[in-house]
Amino acid sequence: MKRKLVYIIMAGLLLGCAHMGTSHIKPEEDRSAMINLYKQIFPNIKFEDYIYGALAMNPDARSQYDDIMAFPPYSMDLDKGKKMWETPFKNGKKFSSCFPDGGKNVAGNYPAFDNAANRVVTFENAINACLKANGEAELKYGEKEMGLLTAYARSLSDGMKVNVKVEGSGALAAYEKGKKYYAARNGQLNFSCRSCHVQGSGKFIRMDQLSMMIGQASHWPEFRGGTDIVTLQGRFKQCEKNVRAKPKAANSEEYNNLEYYLTYMSNGLPMQTPVFRK
Amino acid sequence: MRIKTTILFSLVVSLCMASLGIAAEGAAVQEDGKSVAFNRAKGNCLACHAIPSDPKAESPGNIGPPLMSMKARYPDRAKLRAKIWDATATNSDSVMPPFGRNKILTEQEVDLVTDYIQGL
Ligand code: HEC
Ligand code: HEC
Repeated sequence: MKRKLVYIIMAGLLLGCAHMGTSHIKPEEDRSAMINLYKQIFPNIKFEDYIYGALAMNPDARSQYDDIMAFPPYSMDLDKGKKMWETPFKNGKKFSSCFPDGGKNVAGNYPAFDNAANRVVTFENAINACLKANGEAELKYGEKEMGLLTAYARSLSDGMKVNVKVEGSGALAAYEKGKKYYAARNGQLNFSCRSCHVQGSGKFIRMDQLSMMIGQASHWPEFRGGTDIVTLQGRFKQCEKNVRAKPKAANSEEYNNLEYYLTYMSNGLPMQTPVFRK
Repeated sequence: MRIKTTILFSLVVSLCMASLGIAAEGAAVQEDGKSVAFNRAKGNCLACHAIPSDPKAESPGNIGPPLMSMKARYPDRAKLRAKIWDATATNSDSVMPPFGRNKILTEQEVDLVTDYIQGL
């Protein structure tokens, strides 16, 4: 009897250790360390304002942004996305049937980790899974249609706090891969994402002030110049091209892991989709 | 006597021309070094560094320190060249692109830029 109890306690302890080792603790430490770093760099910027990126560092640019967002130039595009979302499939069902609560306040849970498939599932993956399950053709990753549809679908989660979970060893491994990619130097110019958005954040590269990485993932797709739709992974590509690195493909394992890591780092911040960027 | 003067004269002229040539070349080096440094597809140094002494150095970034008083701070040309060749050799965390090591610039272009920067 006593022995059994000891075994149970030991098993519990072991499980507890495994749990500590593989889930919350480490990513959560990364996130709070990063927040503390930015608090030192930007003592006057509130955590909630990190979602504005470089705009949070420049009150004039921020107030221009607020004016534009009052009458966003992309509202017609957003209507196209809405139409796609609401148009029934051939079987009569709609996208809303694939998500809890008709798709409201769900986008902040993505990317998620699918333990059975042992891979990261982005919101775009979930959209395509929905199309497939309903016998419809899937959309191409990184292209305009997917951008417009997800711009509207994500807007149903406006205000939801980003809530990415890293639980279990598979999830942690994917997170670690994303984190490693983020810090790896790449391209002829030898930059990592970290060079610019952690080491360089707040500084100017020419005329561009560099945003902090926390808060970068909560508002995608965005409309650059007001009408040019860019997905988050499309932005990864642009940044990599700028450093003369060879960009990866949209929905590649590398970019999905990177998105998983980067979005986890925006946990707790409110979603807003889409947004304007110059 | 006359022959002597002629020889002397032509000697002076040729010396003069030679020095003129050198002067012209020196200015060209300065100009070339500057254009490699300013060119966005080459050095693009202004992306990160201000060059306060040059009014043409417009809208610089501030990721790196301003490039000024370089002779005083880098009396040793080789050290300055090495910094431009590969800043990560002495500071592994440096975000400055390794212009020589990664063949962003040629050997000759690195030399030109080094001379231009050392003159700032
Ligand atoms: C050479 C510098 C540089 C590197 C390296 C770089 N970026 Fe950027 N990035 C920028 C600049 C400049 C912008 C536009 C200004 C801003 O918002 O920071 C930007 C914007 C972004 C944005 C959009 C922010 C917003 O709210 O609109 C994201 C996301 C981003 N970068 C992610 C990355 C990732 C991930 C990597 C690595 C794969 C990376 N960047 C590498 C310079 C860089
Ligand atoms: C992406 C940013 C970036 C670019 C582009 C860049 N640098 Fe730098 N540079 C830095 C940083 C950051 C430092 C300081 C850290 C270090 O020592 O590496 C630096 C340091 C230097 C120094 C040493 C200055 C000192 O006070 O010790 C020199 C000289 C220099 N850079 C020259 C150049 C030249 C010449 C070019 C263009 C051919 C150039 N840099 C392009 C970021 C950059």
